[in-house]
Amino acid sequence: MEKEKHHIVPYKVYVYILLALISLTFGSIGIVHLNLGGYSVLGALIFSTIKSILVLSIFMHLKFDQPFLRIMVGFVALVFSAVIFITFLDYYFR
Amino acid sequence: MEHVTQHSDPHYDQEASKLGMWLFIFTELLLFGGLFIVYSIYRFLNPEAFQLAGSELNPVIGTINTIILLVSSMTIAMATSALQKKNKGLTVLLLEITIMLALVFLINKYFEWGVKFDHGIWPGSQHLINDMSKGEILFFGLYFVMTGLHALHIIIGMIIIIVALKRVQKGTVHADRPSLLENAGLYWHLVDLIWIFLFPLFYLIH
Repeated sequence: MEKEKHHIVPYKVYVYILLALISLTFGSIGIVHLNLGGYSVLGALIFSTIKSILVLSIFMHLKFDQPFLRIMVGFVALVFSAVIFITFLDYYFR
Repeated sequence: MEHVTQHSDPHYDQEASKLGMWLFIFTELLLFGGLFIVYSIYRFLNPEAFQLAGSELNPVIGTINTIILLVSSMTIAMATSALQKKNKGLTVLLLEITIMLALVFLINKYFEWGVKFDHGIWPGSQHLINDMSKGEILFFGLYFVMTGLHALHIIIGMIIIIVALKRVQKGTVHADRPSLLENAGLYWHLVDLIWIFLFPLFYLIH
């Protein structure tokens, strides 16, 4: 019976995720101010990626939904990364 | 696969409507994804100009708007939980807070763009064309298009949330029929997700 019911996420889980997201936001601001040169963009984007995984899995319920949704989202992410990678290969080796 | 609840409408399928929403979200991700690729190539080709133009943006407003969107994402996620717990009053309250936060985001954006306009910076402005390099023009072009398209999504999201709010109040969206609210939530998190990447790329350039 229960497994067909929707998983109800407790409120406090959302509060913890929010606190994590806000901390990660300040983390990305911090890493940019460290003046790591070219790596600061990379650092900020790593923070953004962690934040987006939290939003996708908890806020958007992917963690509690059926696996095929996770697979589809992963596939879209993969296609997008491949397009970025190939585009940069083109520009970098021109 | 046993049915827990009986619906009067036999065509209601929660999983299918969620899948449909996700397919739509993928098209949105690829729309913004294309713009992010354009941004990264132009930044790769004009690093100094992007740095110079990026210093024109106010990281404090960017940070405040980031936190506003993150909080609003939490409140709408909580609203889905409240609906599932059959707490209609709390659902309505949380949705109202979400709409208010979205409005505050837009007001901040209005003032932020207003400052740019006061400095003579808008797409095709004389100041931009006469005094700035190609890279800076590209940066501000992408800034207005990407944050503008994002703001448009905020407005559409607000309308969807208002519709969901009305339906929750009317009782046509409830614990056994939550799809409209869930999909409104998914849309709103998408808007949040896009901002998570817009923020460091535009406001955190050093």
